[in-house]
Amino acid sequence: MTRSGRALALIGALLVALPAFAGTYALSVATLILWFAYAGQAWNVMMGFAGQLSLGHALYVGVAGYVAGGLFVHHGVPPVVGLPVAMIACTLGGLAIGSLAFRFGISGVYLALLTIAFAEFTRIGFDHLAWTGGPGGMFLKVGRHGAWDLLNFRGPPIMYYYAALILAALALALCARLSRSRVGFYWRAIREDEEAAKALGINVFRWKLGAVALSAAMTSVAGVFSAFYYNSLFPEQVFGIHRSIEIILGPIIGGVGTLFGPILGAAALTLLSDGITESFAALGWEISGIKQVSYGVVLLRVVMFLPRGIWPALARRLRL
Amino acid sequence: MSADLIANVVIAGVLTGLVYGLMALGLSVIFGVVRVVNFAHGEMMTVAMYAATVLFAGLGLGLDPFLAIIPVGAAFFVFGYALQWVVINPFVTRPEHAQFMLLVAVAIILVNALLAIFGPDARGVQTDYQLDSLAMGGILIDKTRLYAAGVALATALGLLVFFKKTRVGTAIRACADNHLGALIVGLHVRRLYALTFGIGAVCVAVAGCAMVALVDVTPSAGPAFTLLAFVIVIVGGLGSMAGALLGGVLIGVSEALAGLLVAPSAKSMFSFGLLIVVLLLRPRGLLGRKT
Repeated sequence: MTRSGRALALIGALLVALPAFAGTYALSVATLILWFAYAGQAWNVMMGFAGQLSLGHALYVGVAGYVAGGLFVHHGVPPVVGLPVAMIACTLGGLAIGSLAFRFGISGVYLALLTIAFAEFTRIGFDHLAWTGGPGGMFLKVGRHGAWDLLNFRGPPIMYYYAALILAALALALCARLSRSRVGFYWRAIREDEEAAKALGINVFRWKLGAVALSAAMTSVAGVFSAFYYNSLFPEQVFGIHRSIEIILGPIIGGVGTLFGPILGAAALTLLSDGITESFAALGWEISGIKQVSYGVVLLRVVMFLPRGIWPALARRLRL
Repeated sequence: MSADLIANVVIAGVLTGLVYGLMALGLSVIFGVVRVVNFAHGEMMTVAMYAATVLFAGLGLGLDPFLAIIPVGAAFFVFGYALQWVVINPFVTRPEHAQFMLLVAVAIILVNALLAIFGPDARGVQTDYQLDSLAMGGILIDKTRLYAAGVALATALGLLVFFKKTRVGTAIRACADNHLGALIVGLHVRRLYALTFGIGAVCVAVAGCAMVALVDVTPSAGPAFTLLAFVIVIVGGLGSMAGALLGGVLIGVSEALAGLLVAPSAKSMFSFGLLIVVLLLRPRGLLGRKT
């Protein structure tokens, strides 16, 4: 086994054993980190591999949450059934947006703004639909708190932790496999030079669309997860631009286009934000906003000094 | 619904739209020259609005928001110049997502600094002429709104003259047209970029001072202004000055009519719908040139 393989196995074993010695709070933080690692990995398929910048991934988080949540609330459909429906809905949505955008040759900043526009359009639309409960939100009924009910995605915190861990591990395995596959090379060729990729006979339109569809499908699972984890959905919270930004901060800080960047970035940012909260609470500073200002300052420094992300710098240091 | 009412709403939409347009003009000028999308644009707008409320009420000066344009504009020029010179300049050649992240960090700092200093409550200015209006037949025009639109239009015209007639303005346009060529003929591109960002910041400052005469401001209003500015410049054409004003007016009217005919809370849905249609049919915007 290689050095990095051993390190990965050790981290994996630690994560599997974590609930044995972590408290409720630590477990919830770990669940959050894994959720962001998974969602970041999903975004990275589109941006890191295929080079298509989306700033509206909250769209898939929100649509998936509302589809699975709405089926559950209004029709009593268990999320085991709702999840594939949500995945199909998001994949179709991604395909629609992608085919419109790529058919008309939209890329770069324009694609980013188009994805924001679709997410915002949907957010305001959901604010005005009766089926979603509008801005008042949609609430998912919880039977007995903490009781195991896998069909309905209900269980104690440990169930959510392991679900997030499995999702993050599967996403990592999928991306590792994809990056070594033919598709992965097609995507990187498109990312580096679309015209050259076209000249080599790669069907650029089809593969870019494939990246969007896969990314949307993966993100939708994160959306269903968070809907049944928090048991409430508000358009402002699930579709808001801040949600899209949160999802992509991890991979960008960690390292766009790398396998471990999204995981490392999610861990670094969540721990940073919680660390700041804890230390300000310990200092007794209760001015709202101060926390986020420090977060922003740290973010600014990281982006300025590690423009390619933490992981590439760390990997070079560790000679991985 | 009477024709007078609709005419009133459309006129108010046009006037507010000109202020929107000036804000978006700042974004458009910065993108057109520096090729960086200023994701902190709306947050800078709220900072300008807060600055105007402080000069009006906070320090006991009672400075009219339309006069506050001068000190706030000067401060914003320095701020924009320094921001570009120190922070953004290394990112000019980096990929879009890195620029995005940098400006998101700036935006987070600005929003939360405002929150820490002023708290979450809305603030505004109460001038003694804020309820005055001009009556023409059945049409009433807010005086404040008219002043705001006039200031916005004057600033935009001033910029147009600057870019077309002065040597510095021409040099900036040269940087936008051909970065390498500008370097070859010996232009100090880094300084011109900083100057451009400063000018973009002045647009935001003027628009912010005019806007705070019309609406109240909260720290969390920033992202909505940023999105609004994006919608306007894409609709009008990113990099086109006349396009930004046209886009502002279109969005202003569409918001006003949507607020009247559908629901005020749904007004920006129409703007985003318009954005999607324009992006798909004319990706360079209504007045954008092909690059």
